[in-house]
Amino acid sequence: MTPAVPATTPGCDAAPVLRERGQREVFCGLTGIIWLHRKVQDAFFLVVGSRTCAHLLQSAAGVMIFAEPRFATAIIEERDLAGMADCNEELDRVVDRLLARRPDIRLLFLVGSCPSEVIKLDLSRAAARLSVKHAGVTKILNYSGSGIETTFTEGEDACLAALAADLPADTTDAPSLMIVGALPDVVEDQFLRLFADLGIGPVHSLPARRANDMPPVGPNTRYLLAQPFLGETARTLEDRGGRRLDALFPFGAEGTTDWLHAAARAFGIDEMHFRSVIAPGRERAKRAIEHSRERLTGKRITFLPDSQLEVPLARFLATEAGMIPVEVGTPYLHRRHLAGELALLPAGTLLSEGQDVDRQLDRVRAAQPDLTVCGLGLANPLEAEGLTTKWAIELVFSPIHGFDQAGDLAELFARPLRRRDVLRV
Amino acid sequence: MQLTVWTYEGPPHVGAMRIATAMQGVHYVLHAPQGDTYADLLFTMIERRGKRPPVTYTTFQARDLGKDTAELFQQAARDAYARFQPQAMLVGASCTAELIQDDPAGLAEAMRLPCPVVALELPSYQRKENWGAAETFYQLARRMCTATVPGARPDGGKPSANILGPTALGFRHRDDVIEITRLLDQLGIAVNVTAPLGATPADLARLGDADFNICLYPEIADTLCRWLERRFGQKTVRTVPIGHGATRDFIAEVAAIAGVDPAAALAPSNLPWWSRSVDSTYLTGKRVFIFGDATHAIAAARVARDELGFEIVGLGCYNREFARDLRDAAVLYGIEPLVTDDYLAVEAAIQGLQPELVLGTQMERHIAKRLRIPCAVISAPVHVQDFPARYAPQMGFEGANVLFDTWVHPLVMGLEEHLLTMFRDDFEFSDAGGASHLPSSRPAGGVGGGPVTAPESDETNPTLATNGGTWSADAERELLKIPFFVRGKARRNTEKFATEHNLATITLDTLYDAKAHYAR
Repeated sequence: MTPAVPATTPGCDAAPVLRERGQREVFCGLTGIIWLHRKVQDAFFLVVGSRTCAHLLQSAAGVMIFAEPRFATAIIEERDLAGMADCNEELDRVVDRLLARRPDIRLLFLVGSCPSEVIKLDLSRAAARLSVKHAGVTKILNYSGSGIETTFTEGEDACLAALAADLPADTTDAPSLMIVGALPDVVEDQFLRLFADLGIGPVHSLPARRANDMPPVGPNTRYLLAQPFLGETARTLEDRGGRRLDALFPFGAEGTTDWLHAAARAFGIDEMHFRSVIAPGRERAKRAIEHSRERLTGKRITFLPDSQLEVPLARFLATEAGMIPVEVGTPYLHRRHLAGELALLPAGTLLSEGQDVDRQLDRVRAAQPDLTVCGLGLANPLEAEGLTTKWAIELVFSPIHGFDQAGDLAELFARPLRRRDVLRV
Repeated sequence: MQLTVWTYEGPPHVGAMRIATAMQGVHYVLHAPQGDTYADLLFTMIERRGKRPPVTYTTFQARDLGKDTAELFQQAARDAYARFQPQAMLVGASCTAELIQDDPAGLAEAMRLPCPVVALELPSYQRKENWGAAETFYQLARRMCTATVPGARPDGGKPSANILGPTALGFRHRDDVIEITRLLDQLGIAVNVTAPLGATPADLARLGDADFNICLYPEIADTLCRWLERRFGQKTVRTVPIGHGATRDFIAEVAAIAGVDPAAALAPSNLPWWSRSVDSTYLTGKRVFIFGDATHAIAAARVARDELGFEIVGLGCYNREFARDLRDAAVLYGIEPLVTDDYLAVEAAIQGLQPELVLGTQMERHIAKRLRIPCAVISAPVHVQDFPARYAPQMGFEGANVLFDTWVHPLVMGLEEHLLTMFRDDFEFSDAGGASHLPSSRPAGGVGGGPVTAPESDETNPTLATNGGTWSADAERELLKIPFFVRGKARRNTEKFATEHNLATITLDTLYDAKAHYAR
C-alpha cells in the first residue's frame, strides 16, 4: 500500500484550456443557501432581490421550503426602485420583523443578488448598521450570491469568505487544523474521528454547526480545503495568517488518503502510524468502489460546467474507476488549488472553462460519451437524444467525500448506466 | 420590500417562457444575468419535457456591465437566429436587465432580423407570471395577425373555433385540450387553431378565420380574446368547463354561438351517480377551503357545493388580476373572499377555519399536511406529480370523473386513518405503524414552529427488536445520523453482516464494513 499518489505519465497540468464565452446554463450563487442553511443551524439567509430570486430558491429547494426554512427573500418592489421608499429603511423594517418572528436566529446573512448589486444597494453597510442594532443577540454579515458575480457553489465561497473575515483571532502558539467547506455532518464526523485517531488536534470546521462556535484563525492555523470551489475563502484565510495544506480533494480512496496525508505530514505524524490508522477505511473504500468498477471501466464521460467539482471527480473516476474523461468543463478553473488533480487527469482530456452552451452541446453530440454530467435543464433533453446523463446537482447535495462515501460516489455514476441497461421500454 | 419565502407565481418573463415553450417555431432571446437559466428546469423536470425551452439567455456577468451589454444582446440574438431559424422571435429583459436599461426592443429593431420580432415590455417589479404569459400571447398574436378580414373557413364549411390559453407548465393543459377538442368534434365544430400549445406563429396569423374563440384559461387568453372580439367581431365562450354542470353549460354556450345541436355532446359523466350513491352520503356538508388561481378556484367551488354537497367555508385566489371575479363568486357562497399572494395569510385562514378538506395548490398541500387536514390539488403551482403520465384532465366529462376521484380519495384515506387511530390499542394494529398518508408527527405549530420532524418509528431505538449482535454506543449514535427512511435497511444489513462474521459487538467499523459490503 502506498498512501502517496504515484506520479503518472504527464497529465493535464500543462494542457491548454478551452475558454468560452456565451450562454451559460448554470445556477447563480444564491443556490448555495439551500445546503448552507442546513449546515449552520442557527443562521438565517435573507436574499435582497427580485421575485426571480425567490422563485429560483423555491424551485431549487423543492419541498424544503415548507419546513419553516431559515431563508427568505426581501423582494424589491417598484416603490423601492422609484425612491418612494428608502431601501435601507425598508430593509431595517424587514429584518426587525424577521428577527422578532425568529428570535432563535444568531447569525443573519444579507445576501446580495443581481438586482441589489445593479442598483448599488450597499448591503455591507446595512449589515454593519443592523449588527449594532441587534448586538449581543444576532450577528449580521453580508455576501453576494448574485449571478453576475457567482456561479452555483461560488455562493458558498462568498459566504465562507465573509465568515472567515469575521472569525476571532487565534493568539495561541499551538498549531491547529481547519477543515474548510460545508460537509454533511456524517462526513465531517468521520474526518474528525480520523484526525483524532491520527493524533492531530485541535481540529475545527468552517463553517461550524452553530454561529457561536466558529473557529479562530491565526498564523498557526493550517487548513485543508474540503471543496475545490473555495478560492475567495482561502485568500481571506491566508490574509488572516492561515496556511493551506496542498492536497488532492478527498474523493475516493486515493484522494482521501492524500488529503489526510497532507495534514499528517504538516503535524509531523509518524508515517507508520498514519498508514495503520487509515488502512481500514482505505481498504473499505476500495472494496466499495469495486462494486461499480465493472460498469464504469472503459466508459467515456463528459462533464458540463456546474460546480467546480468536475476536475477532482474526473480524476477520481479516471484513476479509481477506470473511466475515460472526454471533456471536463468547469465554470472556473483554480489552477493552484487543482494542480495535483490536473496532473493526474489522463493526457488528452479536453479541459474547458466557462461555457457557450450550444457549442458545447455540439461537442457532446459529436463525441457521444457514455455518460454526460450536466444540470437539470439539459439532462432530459439529452436523454431524449439518446445520451445517458447524470445530473450534477446531486453531487453537491449528497455525501460523497471520504473513505466511507467512495462507494456511494462511484455508484452515483454507475446507476444511470445500469438503468440504461435494465430498461426494456 | 416584501418578505417572501414562497411565491405562487414566478416573474413575468417566466410567463413569456411558458408561451415560447408551448409553441413551435418561436425563439425567445432574454436579456438576463447568469443564473436565470434555472427556469429551464421547470420545463425539463417538472413538466418532463424532452427538449430545452427555446430560450437564449444573454447571461451577462459583472465584468460585462462595464462594457457593452447591448452588444452582448445583439450577438446572442444574431446567434440564436442563425442556429434556430425561428418563424418569429420574442425579445425582452428579465428583472435585472430591466434595471440596466439596454432596450431590447430598439436593439432588435436595429438588427433588421429576417423574421417578425416582438419586443416584450414585462414590468418585473409590478407584475407576475400569469400576466407575463397573457401579455406575451397577446403581443405575439397581434403582431402575427396582420389580416383585417377573416380568411376562408377551414374544414369544408363547418363552424370553427380557436381554443385559446393552454401553455407549457399549465396545470393539466395537455389533457384538457384533448378533452375539449373531442367535445367540439362531437358537436361538429372544427378547431381552427389551438394556441399557444402546439401552435406556430403562422397558425396565429390564421386566428381571424375562426367563427368564435374559446377562452379556456382566462389568466392566459383573456387579453387576446378581447382584442380578437374588437378586431374580427369573434364571440368568446367564457364558461370554463370544469365540473359536470359547467361542462353542460359550456356545451350549451358553444352550441348557441355555433348554431349546432348540443345534444350530440351531452354524454354523461360518472360524477352524478357516484355522488348520489349512498357511499357518498358522508360527504354531505363537509367543510371545504378552496384556494388557487381564480379560474380553478371559482370552478372548484361550484363543483364542491353543487356536485359533491360540500359546504364552502373559504374561497380565495393569488392572482389579483381576477380578484373581481373571485369576489363575485364569494358572494354566491356568502363568505369573505381571500385575495392574497402571501401563503402565511392563507395558512392563517385555514388554521382559523379548520376545514375538513383543503383544495389548493402545492403550497396548500403542505399547509394541510402540517395541519393534518386532507387535501387535493386543483391549481398551479404544482410539483412534478401533478404532471402525470396518465390521462388526467380537469375539464369536460372525463375531467369531472377525475375531480370526483381526486377530491374524495384523501377523505377516504382520512377516514381510514381515523378508524386506525380509534382501534390503535387493538392488538392487530401496531402503534408504530405510522400514518398511511400523513406524517405521523405532531403538527409543528404552523407559523413560526420548528421544522416538521420526520416520522420516527422504532428506528430511533436501534437496540429494540434486534437479534444480530449488540450495538456499541458510538455505532448506535452513528446509525441515528442516517436518514430515517434508510436507517432500517442499514440496521438490518449491519446486523446480518455481524451475524455472518460472528461479531458479538457492532462497532463503528462494523457499520461501515457492512456498508461497503452491501454497496450496490
